Amino acid sequence: MPFIPHTSQDITQMLSVLKIKELKQLFEEIPKPLSRNQPFDLAEGESENLVTRLMQEREPKVQPGSHFIGAGAYEHHIPAAVWQVASRGEFLTAYTPYQAEASQGTLQLVYEYQTMMARLLGMEISNASLYDGASALAEAVLMALRLKAGKAKRIWVPQTLHPAYRQVLKTILQPYKEFIEEIPFLNDEGYWNPQSLKNRATEDLAAIIIPQPNFFGVLEEVDALTNFAHQQGALVIGVVNPIAMALLKEPGKWGEKGADIVCGEGQPLGIPLASGGPYFGFLCCRKTFVRQLPGRIVGRTHDSQGRTGYTLTLQTREQHIRRAKATSNICTNQGLLVTAATIYMSLLGGRGLQNVAAVSHHHARLLQESLTAIPGVVSVFSRPIFHEFVIRLPMPVNEVLKQLARQGLEAGFSLVEDYPQLSDCLLVCATETKTQQDLLRYQQCLEQCLNNK
Amino acid sequence: MELIFEKSQPGRVSSAHLNHFSGDFKDIPEHLLRGGLPSLPEVSELDVVRHYTQLSTRNFSVDTHLYPLGSCTMKYNPRAAHCLASLSGFLNRHPYQSVEHSQGFLACLYELQTTLAEVTGMAAVSLTPMAGSQGEFAGVAMIQAYHQSRGDLNRTEMLIPDAAHGTNPASAAMCGLQVREVPTTSAGDLDLAVLAAMAGPKTAGIMLTNPSTFGLFERQISEIAKIVHQAGGLLYYDGANLNAILGEVRPGDMGFDVMHLNLHKTFATPHGGGGPGAGPVAANERLKAFLPLPMVAQERAGFRWLNTADCPQSIGRLSAFMGNAGVLLRAFIYTRLLGRSGMRRVSQFAVLNANYLMQRLTEVGYTVAFPGRRAAHEFIITAKPLTLAYGVTAQDIAKRLLDYNCYAPTVYFPQRVPECLLIEPTETESKQKLDEFVEIMATILDEIKHNPQLLKQAPLKQVVGRLDEVKAARELDLSLISD
Repeated sequence: MPFIPHTSQDITQMLSVLKIKELKQLFEEIPKPLSRNQPFDLAEGESENLVTRLMQEREPKVQPGSHFIGAGAYEHHIPAAVWQVASRGEFLTAYTPYQAEASQGTLQLVYEYQTMMARLLGMEISNASLYDGASALAEAVLMALRLKAGKAKRIWVPQTLHPAYRQVLKTILQPYKEFIEEIPFLNDEGYWNPQSLKNRATEDLAAIIIPQPNFFGVLEEVDALTNFAHQQGALVIGVVNPIAMALLKEPGKWGEKGADIVCGEGQPLGIPLASGGPYFGFLCCRKTFVRQLPGRIVGRTHDSQGRTGYTLTLQTREQHIRRAKATSNICTNQGLLVTAATIYMSLLGGRGLQNVAAVSHHHARLLQESLTAIPGVVSVFSRPIFHEFVIRLPMPVNEVLKQLARQGLEAGFSLVEDYPQLSDCLLVCATETKTQQDLLRYQQCLEQCLNNK
Repeated sequence: MELIFEKSQPGRVSSAHLNHFSGDFKDIPEHLLRGGLPSLPEVSELDVVRHYTQLSTRNFSVDTHLYPLGSCTMKYNPRAAHCLASLSGFLNRHPYQSVEHSQGFLACLYELQTTLAEVTGMAAVSLTPMAGSQGEFAGVAMIQAYHQSRGDLNRTEMLIPDAAHGTNPASAAMCGLQVREVPTTSAGDLDLAVLAAMAGPKTAGIMLTNPSTFGLFERQISEIAKIVHQAGGLLYYDGANLNAILGEVRPGDMGFDVMHLNLHKTFATPHGGGGPGAGPVAANERLKAFLPLPMVAQERAGFRWLNTADCPQSIGRLSAFMGNAGVLLRAFIYTRLLGRSGMRRVSQFAVLNANYLMQRLTEVGYTVAFPGRRAAHEFIITAKPLTLAYGVTAQDIAKRLLDYNCYAPTVYFPQRVPECLLIEPTETESKQKLDEFVEIMATILDEIKHNPQLLKQAPLKQVVGRLDEVKAARELDLSLISD
């Protein structure tokens, strides 16, 4: 019996303590008509040996250096020590630290995480994590709406924001859908031009969302956008790539007053791609907003002998106390991923993190140059980029992707479905994991593919 | 213990993680660049490994301690599930990697969808919600979408028992519904007469956990389903307590229309110190068209993702990609290890352990909240008589348990039972381990009677004593201020 330790003698003794004869009697309170008598329509269990074989056969084949997809999930080198330590059973198999005295490991680690995120983003405070970047953004918007207390409800969402994030906003903000306004981008520059805001009615504006870098890898004019929003009395919600923040201006310093709320996808900080999850969402804000901040928060305090300790705090915001009036329904979040990210940030430090950002940027620029040197391939946007860029191809994108995939190359993310005006365009990413040979191979494969059309 | 920041030395760097850099960032305008390096720890790799390894030893966990935290199902997390989901091909697969190179991965998800549909008695499953509360949100949004699709636009209320998990009312409120609390009787059942009076044309549905948070099977479930369905409402099943009924009764057969499962509870994926979880949502024929995306379909050519064109009535997307895919793989592996019979034994032994422990603790002298009822996979004892006689609270007992190297049960939930301890041993603990727990609880009862002051001071043997939570909330210190 997998993972059930009872011997037949144990079972006999336990049943006799309960004064019953068989296990079936334990379920006698289930009404007869509902009680199930036939077995599940499932295969029998298999040994660990055979299940190992099954998973080895099903494991996707991923050649090192062969994929150039970014689009919200980024391949970075993860130092071996990160998951060696994060996978320790004491981190892996504990739960939410309700009993603080027996959970100081997780609690102190989260306090360190909150400190690191606040410093990286130039913000005052951070929570202990949300599910992922997209759902963190939905929570950030809900938070902004609570801060505006119904007085202003309109949210500006630029189309330069990740399409999947915009879809998640639509799902989670369904009760507010009429207030979500999508802002188009300028076609030849791929960013949210602050000049375009001047003629737009700002009545009822609660918050604007600024992605940095945006979905196309392009850098937004964060200062001008931030100042504009603040002049209208609206809040600024930054959605940022945390690795990029080691190189780019931190949201706390955007414009005159800085962003008000900052969120994003934590995956680049030491979390494997793993088909999209588990990742973690981060959320930082001004200290005065703390009572509207959703999710767990860890605070530092002491015991009666004056010893420093850490505990979950401000739990009166949360669902297990406030129920229908809570700041969010979130309960379990992404603790283990925060553990890995904290270890990752400690290992890299400010210098290592900036190095990863700078090398990724450099590789993306090299690749952009070499790909756009192929006849017929052009760079779509003229603005500066971080580690991703958009190219236009002289043949259908999905056809190119299919042909390159046959050579084991995952060449990028096709924009056909999400941006009809960019139907022959491909979003390409390169990070520090790519070598000069990888970049060269991509150029050669693409050139060959286009020549054979 | 020192913070990692306090171990920092200016100029120290873990240089194995520095890459050669020959470029520049002159193409980025000055006003978009950061002024200086972020102020993170400057430490060696050994500093980091030692610091976090030492921190880990300040945690209780399933791997190191009995962890009878009620409502959380802290069972053993098989190492095979963790290791096999961490094979490099699974870890390195990008979420947008082509379907052609992902058939094995998609097969795992598809089979997990099918297995979960079978064990819940539902028609279809979407795996994407990232935790139970997201599954709840999805289910409630699906119920709303169903009513709207029929032009039934005035169903603005969600009925929720007063003993429900806090996430239930919070999820309903997030969807814009009004929450109406349904009382429970002193026997622990839902008050049917009140329910019948509350259900009506405004009722969107009811959210129920069965067995309830009292650890009791709701015997009148068929009557409840009838009342709510006749009023035009739908039934949501909170799968938090599914570990009690696997193979004995299925939510779909009880009359539920939509539900979520907590894979980090019933399907043994590690809790990670507060996540990640996964909260797949399952629906019957009536509601399956509204399930969130993405889902996996099997066709002659192979497996593929379903999109909005396939499912135009879907409530949409809840995560940027596929939710907590790695957690789903772990759950899949667990289902393959257990199979048909193993899955059923889970609940038989979870319930055996809970009832055995409840009986033994009663014999030792503790007061059970619902005597005479059969426990499900968990049960409640109330410390109220001990509070009255000796001034000792449920919290005091919880803290004293830590000194005996046992994590504490859930305390003060459900709120309906005063001074309660919600105890869930799970099926993976042996009789001998349960007997040890009974011994500890007997010793603690003795201490309560002869030295109640000791419990007030507990825990005495941990790295810190009871922390000043009022100070933590009043003088917020949420991050180390930069020097």
